[in-house]
Amino acid sequence: MTTNQTLSSSAPGAVAAEAAASTPTRRSGGLDVRGLHKVLGGRTIIDSLDMTVQPGELVSLLGPSGCGKTTTLRMIAGFLAPDAGSIKVGDREVVHLGPEQRPSAMVFQNYALWPHMTVAKNVGFPLKLRKAPKLSKSVIAERVEAALALVNLVHHKDSRPARISGGEQQRTALARALVQEPELLLLDEPLSNLDAKLRVKVREDIREIQQRLGITTLIVTHDQEEAMSMSDRIAVMNQGRIEQFSTPSELYSAPATEFVATFIGSLNRLEGRVEDGRVVGGEGVVGIRPEDVVFVEDTDGGVNGARHSAVDGLAATVERVVPRGHFAELYLRREDAELRAFVTGALPSVGARGYARIEKWLDFADGKLVRQEVAQ
Amino acid sequence: MAQATLESAAAPRESAPAPAEAKPRRSGKAATGLLTTVLALLLALFIIGPLVWLGVRAFADTWTYPHLWPDSWTTHWWQVVFGDKALGVAVQNSLFFAPLTVLVSAVICLPAAYAFARFEFPGRRFFLIGLFAANAFPKMGLFVSLAALFYALNLMNSILGILIVHVLGTIVFMTWIPSAAFAAVPRSLEEAARDAGASKLRVFFSVTLPMALPGILVAAIMSFLASFDEAQGTYLVGAPDYMTMPTQMYSLVLNYPTQVAAVFSILLAIPSVALLLAAHKHIIGGQLAEGFQIK
Repeated sequence: MTTNQTLSSSAPGAVAAEAAASTPTRRSGGLDVRGLHKVLGGRTIIDSLDMTVQPGELVSLLGPSGCGKTTTLRMIAGFLAPDAGSIKVGDREVVHLGPEQRPSAMVFQNYALWPHMTVAKNVGFPLKLRKAPKLSKSVIAERVEAALALVNLVHHKDSRPARISGGEQQRTALARALVQEPELLLLDEPLSNLDAKLRVKVREDIREIQQRLGITTLIVTHDQEEAMSMSDRIAVMNQGRIEQFSTPSELYSAPATEFVATFIGSLNRLEGRVEDGRVVGGEGVVGIRPEDVVFVEDTDGGVNGARHSAVDGLAATVERVVPRGHFAELYLRREDAELRAFVTGALPSVGARGYARIEKWLDFADGKLVRQEVAQ
Repeated sequence: MAQATLESAAAPRESAPAPAEAKPRRSGKAATGLLTTVLALLLALFIIGPLVWLGVRAFADTWTYPHLWPDSWTTHWWQVVFGDKALGVAVQNSLFFAPLTVLVSAVICLPAAYAFARFEFPGRRFFLIGLFAANAFPKMGLFVSLAALFYALNLMNSILGILIVHVLGTIVFMTWIPSAAFAAVPRSLEEAARDAGASKLRVFFSVTLPMALPGILVAAIMSFLASFDEAQGTYLVGAPDYMTMPTQMYSLVLNYPTQVAAVFSILLAIPSVALLLAAHKHIIGGQLAEGFQIK
């Protein structure tokens, strides 16, 4: 009746490594975090966290607020000292270094542009601080120009940050980070202060620049769509731990834990298990993606009902229809359970009867994925 | 041509709703308008009246009772003031003490202000509130006990003694206002500078200080004016060896015709007015006042 799928991971960072190879101008080191631990106010915020980011890879730290993702980023940037653990950028241990000595550059959530400096001065400031070798004014001007060209902001170089839009401020912050040619780029919720339309554009821009420069990048976000669309790999965090660290598609199709399954995408979470297409109570938890619930409306008043029932699942009634743009969400009541299903095309009306079938489901025991099953 | 037609088309549209809206409330509006005007005139008279009187008085020769205007005009009193050595010295002393007070006060208070804003230490609140102690008691009582102490320490009639009195009067402004200004600098802006490669000292001078500057400037101006205006303590500690403009005012009012006092008080007002105008331009109109949204 069912087939088991192995939870193998495909080679991570393969795409990114390729991108890095095509732009040899910048050498970007990877990131290696081992046993990172942080206790704040008696609460364990980060619990022995391990994470490896390949050179040139873009990784997102994704999780609900309070999961420790920002704390992790701040420790990697050097603003917060971990209680234990090691942080390596390239081959260099940086955990004991201050933020000014680390080869990483950060883009802050609120951009943190200096209001008393122009856009060009903001971007040039990190270069002005370089000691060995000290950069001449013309070299700084040249590099600032190049960094601003990268983010399409040359025309605003003499503007003050308060005079430009949120998206432009964001790009200024990005240019200020990129001008440092960091081995590691850190972005803290980079898109959260932008409106929805701009967010899509900026995330594409960031991804494009990141791939062009082949720069190792770590992004903190609570927005799964953002993480899914930008990242080579995603580390889903919960309560100070990484629940799963894999590619976006794998996270979705083979979530390692119940938390990941509910956090990424939408899920019908039911107690029990599925037997012969029917949800029966018992030990364990079953998770069904709404797109894996197939609903067929009974348009001929049950005349052909017999033909449906065996093949097309159990009788179901539509209780609610929620249009979601290019698809709609149906709330279905079956004799065994209530299920949500995603449908496209013609929408059934509320109260319509038909048959609902479960095509795929995930079996969890103690919060961990045991099996992925497909109905035959 | 096109522009002209656009403008003429737009003009009536803008003005049209105004009368329609005003009609029902016209009488109420008129009354409010009248009241506002009367109040404004009274306020103007209250503020400007004495200044006008002062200005007229400074150039008046004789001004006898029933007359609304002086009998004759003269610049004699200005010559008296500028010719008098003691008065000249008083001006010099004031211009010496006020900037020095600001400088000393800044050196002492600004680090404290930064510490109050950025560090959590035992007794922080106690010390912050404790700064008000200097302003909490009647000034004269404070100065009398200060004088007793100064006699013992040989600080009476000394520059240092006067400086201490002046600095004491500025401590509250010089700590509280810059402290609020430092606290208002978002930490992420300092972190961004650290991240860019700046040392802690560099972060302070490149980011924190410039951003807190308007607040510090306000504190400096208030301190300057407080020092420029300080009379009681200066008189007690400094007279008769060190007379400043406000202490000299006392003897002027008692010993000279009122016209000289008028000239002198105009002179006394010049630095205050000039500073306030400069501050207004720098702080209200400056780019730092531009709204900059930081969470």
